[in-house]
Amino acid sequence: MALLEIKNLVKSFGGLKAVNDVTFHVEEGEIFGLIGPNGSGKTTTFNCINNYFPITSGDIFFKGKSIKGLKTYKVCHLGIGRTFQIVKPLARMTVLENVTASAFCRVNTIGQAQKEALEVLEFTNLTDKKDKQAKSLPIAGRKRLEIARALATKPELLLLDETAAGLNPGELDEAIELVKKIRDNGITILIIEHIMKVIMTISDRIHAINFGQTIAAGTPEEVANNPAVIEAYLGGELC
Amino acid sequence: MTKKNLTLIILGVVLLAFPLIVRSDYYQHLVILAFIWVVIGSSWNLLAGYTGQVSFGHAMFFGVGAYTAGILVTKLGISAWWGMAFGGILAMLIGLFVGWVCFRLRGPYFALATLAGGEIFRLIATNWESLTEGMVGILIIQTFRSKLPYYYLALLLAFACVYVIHLIMKSKWGYYFVSIREDQDAAESLGINTTLYKNVSLMVSAFFTGMAGAFYMNYMAFIDPEVVFSLHYISIMAILVGIVGGVGTIMGPAVGAFVMVGVQETFRSAFFGLAPKWISQGHAMAFGLLVIFAIMFLANGIVGDWSKIKRHVFRIKTSST
Repeated sequence: MALLEIKNLVKSFGGLKAVNDVTFHVEEGEIFGLIGPNGSGKTTTFNCINNYFPITSGDIFFKGKSIKGLKTYKVCHLGIGRTFQIVKPLARMTVLENVTASAFCRVNTIGQAQKEALEVLEFTNLTDKKDKQAKSLPIAGRKRLEIARALATKPELLLLDETAAGLNPGELDEAIELVKKIRDNGITILIIEHIMKVIMTISDRIHAINFGQTIAAGTPEEVANNPAVIEAYLGGELC
Repeated sequence: MTKKNLTLIILGVVLLAFPLIVRSDYYQHLVILAFIWVVIGSSWNLLAGYTGQVSFGHAMFFGVGAYTAGILVTKLGISAWWGMAFGGILAMLIGLFVGWVCFRLRGPYFALATLAGGEIFRLIATNWESLTEGMVGILIIQTFRSKLPYYYLALLLAFACVYVIHLIMKSKWGYYFVSIREDQDAAESLGINTTLYKNVSLMVSAFFTGMAGAFYMNYMAFIDPEVVFSLHYISIMAILVGIVGGVGTIMGPAVGAFVMVGVQETFRSAFFGLAPKWISQGHAMAFGLLVIFAIMFLANGIVGDWSKIKRHVFRIKTSST
């Protein structure tokens, strides 16, 4: 049984079908890449999974159970953590407070929550910044904080939304290392990414969409050589 | 840390000893009023300052608490002190109703609903004469002749309110409240039931405000709808206490309460009889100027910008020597 199953997912905004009949599944323990050009419906898919808005039709299963229509916070309690492409730090809280707030998802006392938060900060290399205000972090730090916060909720499945965008080459390598480290800790990862270097090196399987529809699926090599993917990214021949 | 503790201990001793040293009923009365405002301001601050849900209608909870205490005496013949419990609980339930309706929405709906709610309750209290005596108001007999018992009860209530909020802010609830204020979407995705916790914050806030109202009934022994459900004397004043003292700080509303009661009384008494009488009409304008000053120079309030104030005062001192 797959950890996450997306079946015939459709999400329309008025007449626009942002996601149109997408089906895929994520196996436990893998890094699953979701790629596609701008506006192809990747983030919308994420928003459907954690029910940021209701889906139009289709169904989503987590560990065999439908999570369609489940409130966003309940999806998190079930074990699906997510980061936001446009980072949402809790600006006027310190880094430690940010992560502590999310650690309360699994524990109830401040002592335990802080202990867990410190462990996560250690894991994500943010320990030296723990007393800084979240708004004072540069973009790389904010992206890392997004991941730290999601990890503190102890997810089984982590949805990463373009955590490498806007990073310089050095930071990029660190981000790749971090994602691999998370997977090695037994957390399944569904990742959206634009940067091919990242997605091609870390994904076990890749699913490509464009205009809300599946155009290719398979191993990184298969997808990279797929004509439809090349056309979507580089454009077709001029007629 | 120890310096902070020392300050708190000195503050505690001063407040405990105050009525024994200053025997004047007048000054004791002013401090009792300030204590009541500490409770209302801190409650408002828990909801607006920490949870980010601005209320323009805390008079609703204050008035409900006061009227509960009053009606217990006039209709049921039991002590108005029971109102401290029942008034708080009733205010809490009314808060829950408002929150249940509004908190599933985002945006200004809650603020507008509280604004309307306060006015609705004022009109109910004015018109439901068989229950509330309408504009005649409710008059009860005070339990104590001396101000001392009221002083210590008000001090206890203010201390309990500030301390409980302090404890809440150090717990899971506190972290959740601030997360909701900072970013509701992020909070939801971190597993926080934002609707529930906004309601929790509102209920605690309404409960303490209702208790303050019930205490006011016991202490003043007279209420009417225009006083306890007043938009500008209660609801807006609650906001001013928060803004001047410092929104989103524990001690801010406590400091703001003393400043605002001080300013109000200075004007009401025409600078203690030193200024011409007409100036007593000017307290509303003084509030306005004070808020403009606070927003321009102390955007985080007296407590929030305390380091800034200290720096300026210190600089003036060094330059004059």
